Amino acid sequence: MKKKEWCTVLEQTELSAGIYSMWLQTETIAHEAVPGQFISLYCNEGSRLLPRPISLCEIDRRQGRLRIVYRVAGKGTEEFSKYRRGDQISVLGPLGNGFPLEKASGKTIFLMGGGIGIPPMLETAKQIDARKMIIAGYRDSNLFLEHELKAAGELYLASEDGSVGTKGNVLDAIREQGLKGDIIFACGPTPMLRAIKNFAQETGMECYISMEERMACGVGACLACVCQSKEVDDHSHVHNKRICKDGPVFEASEVEL
Amino acid sequence: MNMSVNLAGVELKNPVMTASGTFGSGAEYSEFVDLNRLGAVVTKGVANIPWPGNPTPRIAEVYGGMLNAIGLQNPGIDVFCERDIPYLKQYDTKIIVNVCGKSTEDYCEVVERLADEPVDLLEINISCPNVKEGGIAFGQDPKAVEAITKEVKKYAKQSVIMKLSPNVTDITVMAKAAEAGGADVLSLINTLTGMKIDIERQTFAIANKTGGMSGPAVKPVAVRMVYQVANAVSIPIIGMGGIANAEDAMEFILAGATAVSVGTANFFNPYTTTEVAEGIEAYMKRHQVNDIRELIGAVK
Repeated sequence: MKKKEWCTVLEQTELSAGIYSMWLQTETIAHEAVPGQFISLYCNEGSRLLPRPISLCEIDRRQGRLRIVYRVAGKGTEEFSKYRRGDQISVLGPLGNGFPLEKASGKTIFLMGGGIGIPPMLETAKQIDARKMIIAGYRDSNLFLEHELKAAGELYLASEDGSVGTKGNVLDAIREQGLKGDIIFACGPTPMLRAIKNFAQETGMECYISMEERMACGVGACLACVCQSKEVDDHSHVHNKRICKDGPVFEASEVEL
Repeated sequence: MNMSVNLAGVELKNPVMTASGTFGSGAEYSEFVDLNRLGAVVTKGVANIPWPGNPTPRIAEVYGGMLNAIGLQNPGIDVFCERDIPYLKQYDTKIIVNVCGKSTEDYCEVVERLADEPVDLLEINISCPNVKEGGIAFGQDPKAVEAITKEVKKYAKQSVIMKLSPNVTDITVMAKAAEAGGADVLSLINTLTGMKIDIERQTFAIANKTGGMSGPAVKPVAVRMVYQVANAVSIPIIGMGGIANAEDAMEFILAGATAVSVGTANFFNPYTTTEVAEGIEAYMKRHQVNDIRELIGAVK
């Protein structure tokens, strides 16, 4: 059951230039959340109406806490980055479907994250029962979450400027390391997801990708955040799927990128 | 205390309804609010065939509001009748179907198809600013407004609400044209055409270039137009535009609206509709008013 509730900020830290980590105390959202889902966070500044959808980085069900790791990309996320322990924030969640963890069970999985698509891979890695190869692509040597990711699986790094790990993107890292796997879970910018989808088709791997689009309602009503689907979608009856409700995770061949 | 209002013979238990396009067909928001507590649910616009809508990005935030250019994506009337109407029939609320089209024939086809369906009212969307054909093209010329109203009325079994665009010089001209064409009720306002430029990417914030502006920032414009139209026609008005709480809703009612619709506020507070209904009741108690109808258009 989705709920909108006031959450308390437990901790806020800047992990790297412009990348923040925030732990939130929730009433019910953390208890129901699964890896790959997201929450919508509302600004306290009233002129900014729409919620900011941010993926879950860690879920502490026992204590009802959630962690998000986000990049300051505009005024809304800038406002969030200034919140301190004890501040209140209105949150709607948990939203979306999450990664199909059961599909990876007993297999070798590539957990691929690019940039601010890296955070959801942490909780996903923690909850998957598989051989986990985490491939994280950064812009440069300003890393974040690398220690936690290393503890959750075999970690391979790539950076656009070559300062850390393989020079290039996550697929360059896979090729350089000669990694072999059965299934992919990926989150990152659209060009990266497009390349991963093609890679999965070439190598015959199962592939699930987490998509992003501007959202308004977050619950499937407004039809703002659609992506193109290969087949006519069951709900929309056109070639559109709702990222907030039918996704954000899709089987890669279901969607057109 | 009486909260019920009458729209062309349809009795709503309270004046609070949803604005088309912001509430799907009710299912998504039923997780948050009890639809039984709403006067009516107004569904997302439906056409004779499925429409894919516009490319993304379809929305952008603006100060105190948002722009949208969804482009009336909808699954078509057949799916709507099979899936969405039965869903809403489970609830004790009135069903108002918003109808969109690219031509007069499109509108009439949908209206005719709905004749034997258990829906209470039809809302004809002649004011969507985000589609190239139909939509607002019908809503900015009084002759076209009157003509399409007349045509739709020929096929409609239910009473007809004409939804008006604020993107005109004088909305009372359009209101009178709809009334002359036989409209039973008017709803206003649809969104105001706007634009946002993304200065970093140096392009339009939404793919359609322009979008319809909605949200709290448009409320004063909407209240003004409801007041003007209430003084120009004798049919009931459904007021909307930036309503986020009961105080906002009361402005519309006092200005002359018989009922009010909550739109964009659903996106930032999914509980808005029922909170508005409760708030109106509290307002009536505070002002010792026993019948909501005493307040409609009370500010002259």
